[in-house]
Amino acid sequence: MAYDYAPFPYSPPPGLTAPEPRHPVVIVGAGPIGLAMAIDLAQHGVASVVLDDNNVVSVGSRAICWAKRTLEIFDRLGIGERMLAKGVTWKIGRNFHGDKQVYAFDLLPEPGHKYPAFINLQQYYVEQYLAERTRDFPDLIDLRFLNKVTAHTDHGDHVTLDIATPDGHYTLTTDYYIACDGAGSATRKRMDLPFEGQTFEEHFLIVDVEMETSPFGNHDTPERWFWFNPPFHNGQSALLHKQPDNIYRIDLQLGPDTDPKLEATEEKVLPRIKAIVGDTPFRLDWMSVYKFRCAKLDRFVHNRVIFVGDSAHVVSPFGARGGNGGIQDVDNLGWKIAAVLNGQAPEKLIESYNTERVHGSAENILNSARATNFMTPKSPIEALFRNEVLSLAADHPFARKLINSGRLSQPCDLSSSPLSTAGDAPIAPGFPMMDAPLDGPDGPTWLTTAVQGHFTLMTASTMPLPAIKGIHRIGINQQADYPCFASAGGHAETRYGTDRIYLLRPDGHVCAVFDTADPAAIKAARDRALGVTI
Amino acid sequence: MTLEDKLGPNGDAFYNTLMNTHEGLTDAQSHALNARLVLILANEIGDLQKLTALLMAAKGV
Repeated sequence: MAYDYAPFPYSPPPGLTAPEPRHPVVIVGAGPIGLAMAIDLAQHGVASVVLDDNNVVSVGSRAICWAKRTLEIFDRLGIGERMLAKGVTWKIGRNFHGDKQVYAFDLLPEPGHKYPAFINLQQYYVEQYLAERTRDFPDLIDLRFLNKVTAHTDHGDHVTLDIATPDGHYTLTTDYYIACDGAGSATRKRMDLPFEGQTFEEHFLIVDVEMETSPFGNHDTPERWFWFNPPFHNGQSALLHKQPDNIYRIDLQLGPDTDPKLEATEEKVLPRIKAIVGDTPFRLDWMSVYKFRCAKLDRFVHNRVIFVGDSAHVVSPFGARGGNGGIQDVDNLGWKIAAVLNGQAPEKLIESYNTERVHGSAENILNSARATNFMTPKSPIEALFRNEVLSLAADHPFARKLINSGRLSQPCDLSSSPLSTAGDAPIAPGFPMMDAPLDGPDGPTWLTTAVQGHFTLMTASTMPLPAIKGIHRIGINQQADYPCFASAGGHAETRYGTDRIYLLRPDGHVCAVFDTADPAAIKAARDRALGVTI
Repeated sequence: MTLEDKLGPNGDAFYNTLMNTHEGLTDAQSHALNARLVLILANEIGDLQKLTALLMAAKGV
Protein backbone atom coordinates (compact mmCIF):
# COMPACT_ATOMS: atom_id res chain seq x y z
CA MET A 1 0.00 0.00 0.00
CA ALA A 2 1.22 3.50 -0.77
CA TYR A 3 2.52 5.51 2.18
CA ASP A 4 -0.03 7.94 3.62
CA TYR A 5 1.57 11.39 3.59
CA ALA A 6 -0.31 13.07 6.45
CA PRO A 7 0.57 16.78 6.70
CA PHE A 8 2.00 18.07 9.99
CA PRO A 9 -0.17 20.74 11.63
CA TYR A 10 0.76 24.41 11.34
CA SER A 11 -0.04 26.81 14.15
CA PRO A 12 0.86 30.50 14.20
CA PRO A 13 4.19 30.90 16.07
CA PRO A 14 4.28 33.16 19.16
CA GLY A 15 6.82 35.46 17.47
CA LEU A 16 4.07 36.83 15.21
CA THR A 17 2.40 38.62 18.09
CA ALA A 18 5.25 39.39 20.53
CA PRO A 19 9.04 39.14 20.46
CA GLU A 20 10.25 35.71 21.59
CA PRO A 21 13.06 35.27 24.14
CA ARG A 22 16.47 34.32 22.74
CA HIS A 23 16.53 30.59 21.96
CA PRO A 24 19.63 28.48 22.64
CA VAL A 25 19.31 26.62 19.31
CA VAL A 26 17.30 27.08 16.13
CA ILE A 27 17.41 24.16 13.68
CA VAL A 28 16.54 24.94 10.07
CA GLY A 29 15.11 21.90 8.28
CA ALA A 30 12.88 19.14 9.70
CA GLY A 31 14.23 16.27 7.61
CA PRO A 32 15.82 13.24 9.29
CA ILE A 33 18.92 15.24 10.22
CA GLY A 34 17.12 18.25 11.70
CA LEU A 35 14.69 16.09 13.67
CA ALA A 36 17.48 13.81 14.97
CA MET A 37 19.45 16.93 15.97
CA ALA A 38 16.50 18.27 18.00
CA ILE A 39 16.03 14.93 19.77
CA ASP A 40 19.73 14.57 20.54
CA LEU A 41 19.82 18.08 22.03
CA ALA A 42 16.61 17.47 24.00
CA GLN A 43 18.09 14.30 25.49
CA HIS A 44 20.96 16.51 26.72
CA GLY A 45 18.41 18.96 28.15
CA VAL A 46 18.84 21.61 25.42
CA ALA A 47 15.72 23.28 23.98
CA SER A 48 15.44 24.00 20.24
CA VAL A 49 13.05 25.45 17.71
CA VAL A 50 12.86 23.49 14.44
CA LEU A 51 11.77 25.43 11.34
CA ASP A 52 10.69 23.87 8.06
CA ASP A 53 9.24 25.52 4.97
CA ASN A 54 7.24 22.34 4.21
CA ASN A 55 4.75 20.26 6.21
CA VAL A 56 5.12 16.65 5.07
CA VAL A 57 7.80 13.99 5.45
CA SER A 58 10.13 13.11 2.57
CA VAL A 59 8.17 12.43 -0.62
CA GLY A 60 9.63 9.24 -2.10
CA SER A 61 11.78 6.70 -0.29
CA ARG A 62 15.11 8.57 -0.87
CA ALA A 63 17.60 7.46 1.80
CA ILE A 64 16.81 3.80 2.45
CA CYS A 65 20.00 2.06 3.72
CA TRP A 66 20.75 2.62 7.40
CA ALA A 67 24.05 1.21 8.65
CA LYS A 68 24.73 -0.46 11.98
CA ARG A 69 26.43 2.50 13.63
CA THR A 70 23.55 4.75 12.52
CA LEU A 71 21.06 2.29 14.01
CA GLU A 72 23.00 2.38 17.29
CA ILE A 73 22.75 6.17 17.26
CA PHE A 74 19.02 5.94 16.49
CA ASP A 75 18.77 3.49 19.39
CA ARG A 76 20.16 6.19 21.66
CA LEU A 77 17.67 8.67 20.15
CA GLY A 78 14.81 6.27 20.90
CA ILE A 79 13.70 4.96 17.49
CA GLY A 80 16.27 2.24 16.72
CA GLU A 81 14.10 -0.70 17.77
CA ARG A 82 11.13 0.63 15.82
CA MET A 83 13.30 1.00 12.70
CA LEU A 84 14.68 -2.52 13.09
CA ALA A 85 11.19 -3.99 13.52
CA LYS A 86 9.84 -2.28 10.39
CA GLY A 87 12.97 -2.39 8.21
CA VAL A 88 14.16 -5.13 5.89
CA THR A 89 17.33 -6.80 7.10
CA TRP A 90 18.93 -7.97 3.91
CA LYS A 91 21.02 -11.03 3.83
CA ILE A 92 22.19 -12.18 0.40
CA GLY A 93 24.00 -10.05 -2.15
CA ARG A 94 24.43 -11.16 -5.75
CA ASN A 95 26.61 -9.50 -8.34
CA PHE A 96 25.95 -10.17 -12.00
CA HIS A 97 27.93 -9.40 -15.13
CA GLY A 98 25.55 -9.59 -18.07
CA ASP A 99 23.23 -12.52 -17.36
CA LYS A 100 25.92 -14.44 -15.42
CA GLN A 101 26.19 -14.36 -11.64
CA VAL A 102 29.78 -13.41 -10.81
CA TYR A 103 29.42 -14.29 -7.15
CA ALA A 104 27.04 -14.19 -4.22
CA PHE A 105 27.74 -13.39 -0.61
CA ASP A 106 25.87 -14.04 2.58
CA LEU A 107 25.85 -11.07 4.89
CA LEU A 108 25.54 -13.24 7.98
CA PRO A 109 25.30 -10.96 10.95
CA GLU A 110 28.23 -11.20 13.35
CA PRO A 111 26.86 -12.52 16.64
CA GLY A 112 26.76 -10.31 19.71
CA HIS A 113 25.40 -7.06 18.22
CA LYS A 114 21.95 -5.58 18.78
CA TYR A 115 21.80 -4.26 15.20
CA PRO A 116 22.68 -5.89 11.85
CA ALA A 117 25.15 -4.46 9.29
CA PHE A 118 22.30 -2.46 7.83
CA ILE A 119 18.60 -2.38 7.13
CA ASN A 120 16.50 -0.91 4.33
CA LEU A 121 13.79 1.50 5.46
CA GLN A 122 12.25 4.36 3.53
CA GLN A 123 13.23 7.86 4.64
CA TYR A 124 9.57 8.80 5.16
CA TYR A 125 9.25 6.18 7.91
CA VAL A 126 12.41 7.41 9.60
CA GLU A 127 11.13 10.99 9.50
CA GLN A 128 7.72 9.89 10.79
CA TYR A 129 9.30 7.97 13.71
CA LEU A 130 11.56 10.92 14.52
CA ALA A 131 8.67 13.39 14.36
CA GLU A 132 6.65 11.17 16.69
CA ARG A 133 9.62 10.85 19.04
CA THR A 134 9.91 14.66 19.29
CA ARG A 135 6.50 14.64 21.03
CA ASP A 136 8.17 13.01 24.04
CA PHE A 137 9.90 16.39 24.60
CA PRO A 138 7.05 18.96 24.50
CA ASP A 139 9.03 21.46 26.60
CA LEU A 140 12.28 21.10 24.67
CA ILE A 141 11.34 20.69 20.99
CA ASP A 142 9.22 23.31 19.24
CA LEU A 143 8.42 22.07 15.70
CA ARG A 144 7.22 24.79 13.36
CA PHE A 145 6.08 23.74 9.89
CA LEU A 146 5.41 26.19 7.03
CA ASN A 147 8.02 28.48 8.63
CA LYS A 148 10.43 29.56 5.90
CA VAL A 149 13.67 31.31 6.81
CA THR A 150 14.13 34.21 4.39
CA ALA A 151 17.25 35.81 5.89
CA HIS A 152 19.70 35.42 8.74
CA THR A 153 22.47 37.53 10.24
CA ASP A 154 25.32 36.40 12.46
CA HIS A 155 26.00 39.01 15.15
CA GLY A 156 29.07 37.32 16.63
CA ASP A 157 27.52 35.83 19.76
CA HIS A 158 24.02 35.24 18.38
CA VAL A 159 22.12 34.93 15.10
CA THR A 160 18.88 36.59 14.05
CA LEU A 161 16.49 34.99 11.56
CA ASP A 162 13.68 36.44 9.47
CA ILE A 163 10.90 33.93 8.99
CA ALA A 164 7.87 33.89 6.68
CA THR A 165 4.68 32.03 7.67
CA PRO A 166 1.18 31.82 6.14
CA ASP A 167 0.23 34.49 8.70
CA GLY A 168 3.10 36.88 8.03
CA HIS A 169 6.71 37.51 9.06
CA TYR A 170 8.51 37.38 12.38
CA THR A 171 12.02 37.35 13.80
CA LEU A 172 13.88 34.91 16.04
CA THR A 173 17.15 35.26 17.93
CA THR A 174 19.32 32.26 18.79
CA ASP A 175 22.70 31.37 20.26
CA TYR A 176 23.30 28.73 17.57
CA TYR A 177 21.80 28.34 14.09
CA ILE A 178 22.05 24.74 12.88
CA ALA A 179 21.52 24.42 9.13
CA CYS A 180 19.96 21.04 8.32
CA ASP A 181 18.36 22.34 5.14
CA GLY A 182 19.67 19.70 2.79
CA ALA A 183 21.71 19.47 -0.41
CA GLY A 184 20.20 22.68 -1.83
CA SER A 185 20.74 24.50 1.50
CA ALA A 186 19.29 28.03 1.30
CA THR A 187 21.47 28.94 4.31
CA ARG A 188 24.61 28.01 2.37
CA LYS A 189 23.45 29.97 -0.68
CA ARG A 190 22.63 33.09 1.36
CA MET A 191 26.16 32.96 2.79
CA ASP A 192 27.58 32.40 -0.70
CA LEU A 193 29.84 29.58 0.51
CA PRO A 194 31.67 27.55 -2.15
CA PHE A 195 30.40 23.97 -2.37
CA GLU A 196 32.84 22.18 -4.59
CA GLY A 197 33.77 18.69 -5.67
CA GLN A 198 33.32 16.16 -8.45
CA THR A 199 30.17 16.12 -10.58
CA PHE A 200 29.34 12.87 -12.35
CA GLU A 201 27.89 13.09 -15.83
CA GLU A 202 25.86 9.90 -15.63
CA HIS A 203 22.12 10.09 -15.16
CA PHE A 204 20.47 7.57 -12.88
CA LEU A 205 16.83 6.57 -12.69
CA ILE A 206 15.47 5.56 -9.28
CA VAL A 207 12.14 3.79 -9.24
CA ASP A 208 10.17 2.32 -6.36
CA VAL A 209 7.69 -0.34 -7.39
CA GLU A 210 5.25 -2.26 -5.24
CA MET A 211 5.02 -5.99 -6.03
CA GLU A 212 3.27 -8.77 -4.15
CA THR A 213 5.57 -11.39 -5.69
CA SER A 214 9.27 -11.19 -4.88
CA PRO A 215 11.46 -10.72 -7.96
CA PHE A 216 14.15 -12.77 -6.19
CA GLY A 217 12.81 -16.12 -7.35
CA ASN A 218 10.95 -18.69 -5.25
CA HIS A 219 11.92 -17.50 -1.81
CA ASP A 220 11.29 -14.69 0.62
CA THR A 221 14.90 -13.94 1.59
CA PRO A 222 15.59 -10.25 0.99
CA GLU A 223 18.48 -9.90 -1.42
CA ARG A 224 20.43 -7.18 -3.15
CA TRP A 225 21.10 -7.74 -6.84
CA PHE A 226 23.60 -5.67 -8.71
CA TRP A 227 24.24 -5.98 -12.44
CA PHE A 228 27.15 -4.73 -14.47
CA ASN A 229 26.02 -4.65 -18.12
CA PRO A 230 22.57 -6.09 -17.36
CA PRO A 231 21.03 -8.08 -20.23
CA PHE A 232 17.82 -6.04 -19.94
CA HIS A 233 19.52 -2.65 -20.03
CA ASN A 234 22.44 -2.52 -22.36
CA GLY A 235 25.86 -1.27 -21.40
CA GLN A 236 24.89 0.17 -18.01
CA SER A 237 24.44 -0.91 -14.41
CA ALA A 238 21.34 -1.80 -12.41
CA LEU A 239 20.50 -2.37 -8.75
CA LEU A 240 17.48 -4.03 -7.18
CA HIS A 241 16.73 -4.33 -3.48
CA LYS A 242 13.82 -4.61 -1.13
CA GLN A 243 12.18 -2.13 1.23
CA PRO A 244 9.30 -2.77 3.65
CA ASP A 245 5.69 -2.94 2.39
CA ASN A 246 6.71 -4.99 -0.69
CA ILE A 247 8.35 -1.93 -2.20
CA TYR A 248 11.39 -2.64 -4.38
CA ARG A 249 14.03 -0.05 -5.20
CA ILE A 250 15.39 -0.17 -8.73
CA ASP A 251 18.36 2.01 -9.74
CA LEU A 252 19.25 2.17 -13.42
CA GLN A 253 22.26 3.93 -14.86
CA LEU A 254 21.06 5.79 -17.95
CA GLY A 255 24.27 7.23 -19.33
CA PRO A 256 25.39 10.83 -19.77
CA ASP A 257 23.33 11.72 -22.85
CA THR A 258 19.92 11.49 -21.28
CA ASP A 259 16.99 13.85 -21.14
CA PRO A 260 15.92 13.58 -17.49
CA LYS A 261 12.44 15.00 -18.14
CA LEU A 262 11.78 12.50 -20.91
CA GLU A 263 13.09 9.57 -18.83
CA ALA A 264 10.99 10.32 -15.74
CA THR A 265 7.75 9.43 -17.50
CA GLU A 266 5.65 6.28 -17.11
CA GLU A 267 5.86 5.71 -20.85
CA LYS A 268 9.65 5.35 -20.64
CA VAL A 269 9.89 3.76 -17.19
CA LEU A 270 7.28 0.98 -17.45
CA PRO A 271 9.07 -0.94 -20.24
CA ARG A 272 12.35 -0.68 -18.29
CA ILE A 273 10.72 -2.20 -15.19
CA LYS A 274 9.01 -4.95 -17.23
CA ALA A 275 12.42 -5.84 -18.68
CA ILE A 276 13.57 -6.61 -15.12
CA VAL A 277 10.53 -8.15 -13.43
CA GLY A 278 8.85 -9.72 -16.47
CA ASP A 279 5.11 -10.27 -16.24
CA THR A 280 4.94 -9.85 -12.44
CA PRO A 281 2.24 -7.26 -11.74
CA PHE A 282 3.52 -4.12 -10.07
CA ARG A 283 2.51 -0.59 -9.09
CA LEU A 284 4.78 2.38 -9.72
CA ASP A 285 5.23 4.15 -6.37
CA TRP A 286 7.81 6.88 -6.98
CA MET A 287 10.51 7.78 -9.48
CA SER A 288 13.26 10.28 -9.93
CA VAL A 289 15.98 10.92 -12.51
CA TYR A 290 19.10 12.56 -11.21
CA LYS A 291 22.76 13.31 -11.67
CA PHE A 292 24.87 13.47 -8.57
CA ARG A 293 28.01 14.96 -7.27
CA CYS A 294 30.41 14.57 -4.41
CA ALA A 295 30.97 17.98 -2.82
CA LYS A 296 31.44 19.59 0.55
CA LEU A 297 31.97 22.86 2.29
CA ASP A 298 35.54 23.69 3.33
CA ARG A 299 34.27 24.33 6.85
CA PHE A 300 31.10 23.15 8.56
CA VAL A 301 31.30 25.67 11.41
CA HIS A 302 30.91 29.34 10.46
CA ASN A 303 30.95 31.07 13.82
CA ARG A 304 27.38 30.62 15.17
CA VAL A 305 26.05 28.98 11.99
CA ILE A 306 26.75 25.23 11.85
CA PHE A 307 26.10 22.99 8.85
CA VAL A 308 24.95 19.42 9.44
CA GLY A 309 24.11 16.67 6.94
CA ASP A 310 23.60 17.30 3.21
CA SER A 311 23.86 21.07 3.65
CA ALA A 312 27.53 20.46 4.55
CA HIS A 313 28.38 17.57 2.22
CA VAL A 314 26.79 15.51 -0.55
CA VAL A 315 27.91 12.15 -1.88
CA SER A 316 26.86 9.79 -4.63
CA PRO A 317 24.34 7.25 -3.33
CA PHE A 318 26.62 4.21 -3.70
CA GLY A 319 27.70 3.07 -0.25
CA ALA A 320 24.82 4.76 1.56
CA ARG A 321 26.83 7.59 3.01
CA GLY A 322 24.37 10.48 2.73
CA GLY A 323 21.85 9.80 5.48
CA ASN A 324 24.34 7.75 7.49
CA GLY A 325 26.98 10.49 7.28
CA GLY A 326 24.43 13.07 8.38
CA ILE A 327 23.39 11.07 11.44
CA GLN A 328 27.05 10.77 12.42
CA ASP A 329 27.26 14.58 12.19
CA VAL A 330 24.32 14.84 14.59
CA ASP A 331 25.90 12.32 16.96
CA ASN A 332 29.14 14.31 16.93
CA LEU A 333 27.59 17.77 17.41
CA GLY A 334 24.74 17.16 19.89
CA TRP A 335 26.75 16.55 23.04
CA LYS A 336 29.23 19.30 22.16
CA ILE A 337 26.60 22.03 21.78
CA ALA A 338 24.96 20.80 24.98
CA ALA A 339 28.28 20.83 26.90
CA VAL A 340 28.99 24.40 25.72
CA LEU A 341 25.47 25.69 26.46
CA ASN A 342 25.43 23.96 29.87
CA GLY A 343 28.76 25.57 30.77
CA GLN A 344 30.74 22.32 30.96
CA ALA A 345 32.98 23.04 27.99
CA PRO A 346 34.51 26.07 26.29
CA GLU A 347 33.01 27.33 23.04
CA LYS A 348 36.06 26.07 21.10
CA LEU A 349 34.76 22.50 21.58
CA ILE A 350 32.41 23.27 18.66
CA GLU A 351 35.47 23.66 16.44
CA SER A 352 36.24 19.96 16.98
CA TYR A 353 32.93 19.17 15.24
CA ASN A 354 34.38 20.94 12.24
CA THR A 355 37.69 19.05 12.43
CA GLU A 356 36.15 15.62 13.02
CA ARG A 357 33.26 15.79 10.55
CA VAL A 358 35.19 17.48 7.73
CA HIS A 359 37.54 14.49 8.11
CA GLY A 360 34.60 12.03 8.19
CA SER A 361 32.89 13.50 5.15
CA ALA A 362 36.14 13.56 3.16
CA GLU A 363 36.40 9.82 3.85
CA ASN A 364 32.78 9.30 2.72
CA ILE A 365 33.37 11.31 -0.45
CA LEU A 366 36.54 9.35 -1.23
CA ASN A 367 34.72 6.02 -0.89
CA SER A 368 31.62 6.94 -2.85
CA ALA A 369 33.64 8.63 -5.62
CA ARG A 370 35.70 5.43 -6.00
CA ALA A 371 32.54 3.30 -6.24
CA THR A 372 31.05 5.66 -8.79
CA ASN A 373 34.23 5.63 -10.85
CA PHE A 374 34.24 1.83 -10.87
CA MET A 375 30.60 1.71 -11.93
CA THR A 376 30.86 4.37 -14.60
CA PRO A 377 34.13 3.82 -16.52
CA LYS A 378 35.18 7.08 -18.15
CA SER A 379 37.33 5.62 -20.94
CA PRO A 380 37.75 2.40 -22.93
CA ILE A 381 40.74 1.41 -20.78
CA GLU A 382 38.73 1.90 -17.57
CA ALA A 383 35.93 -0.21 -19.06
CA LEU A 384 38.47 -2.89 -20.03
CA PHE A 385 39.93 -3.13 -16.53
CA ARG A 386 36.45 -3.14 -15.00
CA ASN A 387 35.27 -5.98 -17.25
CA GLU A 388 38.42 -8.04 -16.66
CA VAL A 389 38.07 -7.62 -12.87
CA LEU A 390 34.56 -8.98 -13.28
CA SER A 391 35.69 -11.95 -15.37
CA LEU A 392 38.51 -12.83 -12.92
CA ALA A 393 36.06 -12.58 -10.00
CA ALA A 394 34.27 -15.82 -10.89
CA ASP A 395 37.41 -17.81 -9.99
CA HIS A 396 39.59 -15.53 -7.90
CA PRO A 397 38.65 -14.07 -4.50
CA PHE A 398 41.15 -11.21 -4.88
CA ALA A 399 39.20 -9.84 -7.85
CA ARG A 400 35.90 -9.99 -5.94
CA LYS A 401 37.42 -7.61 -3.44
CA LEU A 402 38.09 -5.12 -6.24
CA ILE A 403 34.49 -5.07 -7.46
CA ASN A 404 33.09 -1.85 -6.10
CA SER A 405 29.34 -1.27 -6.23
CA GLY A 406 29.49 0.78 -3.05
CA ARG A 407 31.39 0.15 0.17
CA LEU A 408 29.16 -0.05 3.20
CA SER A 409 29.30 3.05 5.37
CA GLN A 410 31.66 2.54 8.30
CA PRO A 411 31.96 4.90 11.24
CA CYS A 412 35.01 7.05 10.86
CA ASP A 413 38.23 6.85 12.82
CA LEU A 414 38.89 9.94 14.94
CA SER A 415 42.32 8.87 16.22
CA SER A 416 43.89 12.05 14.81
CA SER A 417 41.31 14.25 16.56
CA PRO A 418 42.60 16.76 19.12
CA LEU A 419 39.99 15.35 21.53
CA SER A 420 41.59 11.87 21.52
CA THR A 421 44.36 10.89 23.96
CA ALA A 422 46.71 8.49 22.19
CA GLY A 423 46.77 4.95 23.51
CA ASP A 424 46.85 1.29 22.63
CA ALA A 425 43.91 -1.09 23.07
CA PRO A 426 41.78 -3.58 21.10
CA ILE A 427 39.51 -0.61 20.33
CA ALA A 428 41.93 2.28 20.07
CA PRO A 429 41.12 5.91 20.92
CA GLY A 430 39.20 7.54 18.07
CA PHE A 431 37.21 4.43 17.15
CA PRO A 432 33.56 4.03 18.04
CA MET A 433 32.64 1.53 20.73
CA MET A 434 31.55 -1.94 19.68
CA ASP A 435 28.35 -3.42 20.94
CA ALA A 436 28.23 -6.53 23.16
CA PRO A 437 25.41 -8.41 24.87
CA LEU A 438 25.20 -8.02 28.64
CA ASP A 439 23.11 -9.34 31.52
CA GLY A 440 22.18 -6.70 34.06
CA PRO A 441 19.95 -6.29 37.10
CA ASP A 442 17.02 -5.66 34.74
CA GLY A 443 17.74 -8.61 32.48
CA PRO A 444 19.54 -8.85 29.13
CA THR A 445 20.71 -5.60 27.57
CA TRP A 446 23.40 -4.24 25.24
CA LEU A 447 26.58 -2.32 25.89
CA THR A 448 25.59 0.45 23.45
CA THR A 449 22.31 0.90 25.30
CA ALA A 450 24.05 0.94 28.69
CA VAL A 451 26.70 3.56 27.96
CA GLN A 452 25.66 6.02 25.28
CA GLY A 453 24.93 9.65 25.93
CA HIS A 454 27.44 10.38 28.72
CA PHE A 455 31.13 10.35 29.35
CA THR A 456 31.52 6.80 30.64
CA LEU A 457 34.35 4.78 32.12
CA MET A 458 33.96 1.17 31.12
CA THR A 459 36.04 -1.91 31.75
CA ALA A 460 35.93 -5.67 31.45
CA SER A 461 38.97 -5.91 33.75
CA THR A 462 39.06 -6.46 37.52
CA MET A 463 40.30 -2.88 38.12
CA PRO A 464 37.83 -0.84 40.21
CA LEU A 465 36.73 2.34 38.41
CA PRO A 466 37.40 5.60 40.31
CA ALA A 467 34.55 8.04 41.02
CA ILE A 468 35.03 11.25 39.03
CA LYS A 469 32.39 13.98 38.91
CA GLY A 470 30.55 14.00 35.57
CA ILE A 471 31.75 10.56 34.46
CA HIS A 472 29.45 7.53 34.52
CA ARG A 473 30.88 4.10 35.28
CA ILE A 474 30.09 0.63 34.01
CA GLY A 475 31.78 -2.55 35.18
CA ILE A 476 31.62 -5.77 33.21
CA ASN A 477 31.98 -8.99 35.22
CA GLN A 478 32.60 -6.86 38.32
CA GLN A 479 30.79 -6.27 41.59
CA ALA A 480 30.95 -2.65 42.71
CA ASP A 481 28.86 0.30 43.90
CA TYR A 482 28.37 1.48 40.28
CA PRO A 483 26.27 -0.27 37.58
CA CYS A 484 27.73 -3.69 36.80
CA PHE A 485 26.78 -6.21 34.16
CA ALA A 486 27.75 -9.76 33.33
CA SER A 487 29.10 -10.32 29.85
CA ALA A 488 26.88 -12.64 27.82
CA GLY A 489 28.70 -15.03 25.52
CA GLY A 490 32.12 -13.53 26.22
CA HIS A 491 31.83 -10.88 23.48
CA ALA A 492 32.69 -7.90 25.71
CA GLU A 493 35.97 -9.46 26.89
CA THR A 494 36.91 -10.46 23.33
CA ARG A 495 36.19 -7.00 21.93
CA TYR A 496 37.64 -4.87 24.75
CA GLY A 497 40.22 -7.15 26.38
CA THR A 498 40.43 -7.69 30.14
CA ASP A 499 43.32 -5.36 30.99
CA ARG A 500 42.08 -1.93 29.91
CA ILE A 501 39.83 0.85 31.14
CA TYR A 502 38.05 2.77 28.40
CA LEU A 503 36.85 6.35 28.53
CA LEU A 504 33.96 6.81 26.10
CA ARG A 505 32.64 10.13 24.83
CA PRO A 506 28.88 10.79 24.92
CA ASP A 507 28.78 9.81 21.22
CA GLY A 508 30.27 6.39 22.03
CA HIS A 509 33.73 7.04 20.56
CA VAL A 510 36.67 5.87 22.65
CA CYS A 511 38.61 9.01 23.64
CA ALA A 512 41.22 7.41 25.92
CA VAL A 513 42.36 4.05 27.30
CA PHE A 514 44.19 3.25 30.53
CA ASP A 515 46.01 0.24 31.93
CA THR A 516 45.70 1.55 35.51
CA ALA A 517 42.82 3.31 37.23
CA ASP A 518 44.63 6.65 37.58
CA PRO A 519 42.01 9.33 38.41
CA ALA A 520 44.28 12.23 37.40
CA ALA A 521 44.99 10.72 33.96
CA ILE A 522 41.30 9.92 33.43
CA LYS A 523 40.25 13.43 34.40
CA ALA A 524 42.90 14.93 32.10
CA ALA A 525 41.65 12.83 29.16
CA ARG A 526 38.05 13.85 29.84
CA ASP A 527 39.05 17.53 29.99
CA ARG A 528 40.88 17.12 26.71
CA ALA A 529 37.79 15.52 25.13
CA LEU A 530 35.73 18.48 26.38
CA GLY A 531 38.11 20.89 24.70
CA VAL A 532 39.18 22.38 28.07
CA THR A 533 42.87 21.65 27.54
CA ILE A 534 43.32 21.65 23.76
CA MET B 1 44.92 -21.90 -9.23
CA THR B 2 42.83 -19.64 -7.00
CA LEU B 3 44.20 -16.21 -6.17
CA GLU B 4 43.40 -14.95 -2.69
CA ASP B 5 43.28 -11.29 -1.78
CA LYS B 6 46.58 -9.72 -0.71
CA LEU B 7 45.69 -6.05 -1.06
CA GLY B 8 43.47 -6.07 2.05
CA PRO B 9 42.01 -2.67 2.84
CA ASN B 10 44.09 -1.05 0.08
CA GLY B 11 42.27 -2.66 -2.85
CA ASP B 12 40.13 0.35 -3.72
CA ALA B 13 43.04 2.76 -3.33
CA PHE B 14 45.20 0.62 -5.63
CA TYR B 15 42.48 0.38 -8.27
CA ASN B 16 41.94 4.11 -8.12
CA THR B 17 45.68 4.77 -8.54
CA LEU B 18 45.82 2.39 -11.49
CA MET B 19 42.95 4.23 -13.20
CA ASN B 20 44.59 7.59 -12.50
CA THR B 21 47.82 6.33 -14.05
CA HIS B 22 45.96 5.66 -17.29
CA GLU B 23 44.08 8.93 -17.29
CA GLY B 24 44.63 11.04 -20.38
CA LEU B 25 46.47 8.32 -22.33
CA THR B 26 45.46 7.16 -25.82
CA ASP B 27 44.50 3.50 -26.22
CA ALA B 28 47.92 2.75 -27.70
CA GLN B 29 49.69 4.50 -24.82
CA SER B 30 47.57 2.61 -22.29
CA HIS B 31 48.38 -0.65 -24.06
CA ALA B 32 52.08 0.13 -23.87
CA LEU B 33 51.80 1.14 -20.23
CA ASN B 34 50.11 -2.17 -19.43
CA ALA B 35 52.92 -4.07 -21.19
CA ARG B 36 55.58 -2.21 -19.21
CA LEU B 37 53.60 -2.81 -16.03
CA VAL B 38 53.46 -6.60 -16.66
CA LEU B 39 57.21 -6.69 -17.21
CA ILE B 40 57.93 -4.62 -14.09
CA LEU B 41 55.62 -6.71 -11.90
CA ALA B 42 57.09 -9.94 -13.31
CA ASN B 43 60.54 -8.77 -12.33
CA GLU B 44 59.25 -7.91 -8.84
CA ILE B 45 57.81 -11.44 -8.49
CA GLY B 46 60.99 -12.95 -9.86
CA ASP B 47 59.91 -16.61 -9.62
CA LEU B 48 59.50 -18.35 -12.99
CA GLN B 49 57.31 -21.16 -11.71
CA LYS B 50 54.95 -18.72 -10.01
CA LEU B 51 54.94 -16.44 -13.07
CA THR B 52 54.05 -19.33 -15.35
CA ALA B 53 51.13 -20.27 -13.11
CA LEU B 54 49.97 -16.62 -13.00
CA LEU B 55 50.13 -16.37 -16.79
CA MET B 56 47.94 -19.46 -17.04
CA ALA B 57 45.48 -18.02 -14.50
CA ALA B 58 45.22 -14.82 -16.54
CA LYS B 59 44.63 -16.84 -19.67
CA GLY B 60 41.90 -18.77 -17.87
CA VAL B 61 43.52 -22.20 -18.25
